[in-house]
Amino acid sequence: MTDANRLAIQENMTIYQAQAQKDLLLSALGTTDNLELDLSRVAEIDTAGLQILMLVKREAARGGKSLAISGHSSAVQQTLDFCNLVGVFGDPLVIPAGA
Amino acid sequence: MDELTSAFVNESRDQLVAMEDGLLTLEQNPDDKDNLNAIFRAAHTIKGGSGVIECRYIESFTHKVENVLDRLRNGEITATGELASVMLACCDHMGDLLEVLVAGRAEPPADLKAKGDALTTELSTRYMNEAVAQPAKDGVPVEQVDDVVASGGGAVTTEAWHISLRFGQNVLRQGMDPLSFLRFLAGQGEIVSMETIPDAMPAAAAMDPESCYLGFEIRFQTRGKKADIERVFEFCRDDCTLNILPPRSKVSEYVALIESLPEDNLRLGEILVRCGALTQAELDQGLGLQGEIARRIADETSESGEPAPPKGPPIGEILVEQKSIQKEVVEAAAQKQATVTEKRAVEARTIRVQADKLDQLIDLVGELVIAGASASLLAQKSAKTDLIESTSVLSRLVENIRDSALQLRMVQIGETFHRFNRVVRDVSKELGKEIELVINGAETELDKTVVEKIGDPLMHLVRNSLDHGIEPAAVRVAQGKPACGRVTLNARHDSGNVVIEISDDGGGLNKEKITAKALERGVIQPGQTLSDAEIVNLIFEPGFSTVEKVSNLSGRGVGMDVVRRNILALRGTVDVASVEGQGATFTIRLPLTLAIIDGFLTAVDKASYVIPLDMVVECIELDADSADRTYINLRGEVLPFVRLREWFEVTGDPPTRENVVVVQCAGRKAGIVVDQLLGEFQTVIKPLGSLFRNMRGIGGSTILGSGEVALILDVQALVNRCVKREEQAAHAGNATRRHEMSLLADHA
Repeated sequence: MTDANRLAIQENMTIYQAQAQKDLLLSALGTTDNLELDLSRVAEIDTAGLQILMLVKREAARGGKSLAISGHSSAVQQTLDFCNLVGVFGDPLVIPAGA
Repeated sequence: MDELTSAFVNESRDQLVAMEDGLLTLEQNPDDKDNLNAIFRAAHTIKGGSGVIECRYIESFTHKVENVLDRLRNGEITATGELASVMLACCDHMGDLLEVLVAGRAEPPADLKAKGDALTTELSTRYMNEAVAQPAKDGVPVEQVDDVVASGGGAVTTEAWHISLRFGQNVLRQGMDPLSFLRFLAGQGEIVSMETIPDAMPAAAAMDPESCYLGFEIRFQTRGKKADIERVFEFCRDDCTLNILPPRSKVSEYVALIESLPEDNLRLGEILVRCGALTQAELDQGLGLQGEIARRIADETSESGEPAPPKGPPIGEILVEQKSIQKEVVEAAAQKQATVTEKRAVEARTIRVQADKLDQLIDLVGELVIAGASASLLAQKSAKTDLIESTSVLSRLVENIRDSALQLRMVQIGETFHRFNRVVRDVSKELGKEIELVINGAETELDKTVVEKIGDPLMHLVRNSLDHGIEPAAVRVAQGKPACGRVTLNARHDSGNVVIEISDDGGGLNKEKITAKALERGVIQPGQTLSDAEIVNLIFEPGFSTVEKVSNLSGRGVGMDVVRRNILALRGTVDVASVEGQGATFTIRLPLTLAIIDGFLTAVDKASYVIPLDMVVECIELDADSADRTYINLRGEVLPFVRLREWFEVTGDPPTRENVVVVQCAGRKAGIVVDQLLGEFQTVIKPLGSLFRNMRGIGGSTILGSGEVALILDVQALVNRCVKREEQAAHAGNATRRHEMSLLADHA
């Protein structure tokens, strides 16, 4: 896996960033077959952010591509857990040391 | 033991008591659904708690108990006396396991383990195997009420609410975050499972990241009402579609829900199965049924010549029908939930406080009372009006604090009484007698320490009644009594005392036997004449037991005198009255509290004496005519009195005017003659040293505001003495008595 298909989100994933992130993620997905999202820096995620993730996951599945999320921040992890979506995304959850 | 574990142990003990109560009720009333549910809930709570603190041995055992209870609740097995016995044994075992946990051991000891294994084997072989015999049960439980079946299918076998949520697209733009509503919801109960449904989300290009497309199907457990759930979503009510199904809704209602939602029926059905709202069987049946209705409607419409609708029944029509049914279900469920909530609310209003903290508070209040008394005494002496006024306000407040503090320690005796349900049940089984226990006045309150200490003597008396009092059924029937014996526990308040009565309708006490035994043991001397009441009360003498056959319940001969000693230690009394052939009644009198009382302060010479105010009826002046007698004429009634001056051998001459304090105790009145009446006084009871333990007529001591010591009179002993003396006088000769009576009549 190269750096090219790895994308780190550096900010919150809330309604305020949703529009920009939708474009960012979809275009990133357009350039690769294996997108890896690093969400370890996402301190906050709301419904809008969650929707974006679900959209990208769905788009990836439709295009036969894969989307992997790595380095879930605790906020992301909790939200996915709460919504019972861990299975849908199917990523291994690693609790980062010292987080 | 950490905090969590000790909380679990406390909670579980309460639940075990509730479970035991429920099981005892179960025997008499096997069809009480609420009771069954309560038993199940108790077991379930214990299991849940043990899971949380990771106490595997309790969890696994309770799990097996819960399985059986679950089958019982679902009507798969019936409640029998045997089942109740096994379940009670399981309760006991759970109690034992809790003790193991308290002792901090990782595993129960081998013998306990063996006992547990035996119980679980019994449970699984006797009560779980029938599942194999009844294979038809794995389907959808069919409802019994016909009209409900007609409206569509069986009830869904889950205990959770189902919440179906579809958020409107504008929710996010209005600054609301659906997830925070859901998190709030999670705080109101327990989200059993939740499925997130993104199906409404359009293709990437059309998707507006600031619109909300999500929906949720939630299984939610709560003790709240439907309105409580709705309140969670109050702010976004206009922007979301909210469907709430109460626990145990019908399959048809889920079908209606599936139909009403925008997603594909099958997909939604799957989601509901996945989140546990429906089982696959229920779903299949529900959707199949729906198809059937569709066909039927299609037939009807084609008969009437209209073109058949292309797919499914007119949802609106069914929904209207369903809605009306749902409303009733919701109301019924809501009502039930409401009662549960109320009960819960009452429980929630109590807090656990450590007993020693309370004791400390009572001690401090006691000191406060004494200090307050001293302050008001000084104020009186200073004769400064404003100071007196402020100290009187202060002492009123202190009095209130005292009352509330003592109230804190008051507990209802009911809990102690209810323990005996189990005892009566077990003992009557063991003895092969049929005995029922009747409890009256369970709400009577008395001091916690008294309640704790009265348990053992009560147990002894109850067992005594069961063992010796109630005759075997055959004997009872022969005597024309109902075969089922009856033991009654009765509690009530009576002038500052609590009276507890244990009565049975058995054979009563045999006076000849008692007299013979008393002679044999040298308790009484030959030729001694005793009244009936005195004879029966001989059973409280040390080393006395009349039963030839010693059973393992009572009758080891250590019984009654120990009972009396224990009760005397609580400043109480016990006596027995019996009518041969009709039963016996043991009466225990206990002071309400052991700490502080309202006293009436009197003085003889320079010493002060306190009479418990509750016992004081009135005060009158002792007229000179009665001065050389031991009784007065109180409005035509003979009132015996005792002179404290003589009783305590106080030297010096009595003042010209003496006063009689009329006291009442155990239904008998007597007078106590004192020099002076000093008025009400809050009395903090300080026990007397062991040196004075055998002093008669004194119950304790207290400290006055001036720092002097005052003695608290044991009114009961004084009254008894007066009455006894009068009785002796009556025995001594009726002639004298008659003479005295005529004198009295002249006087009147």
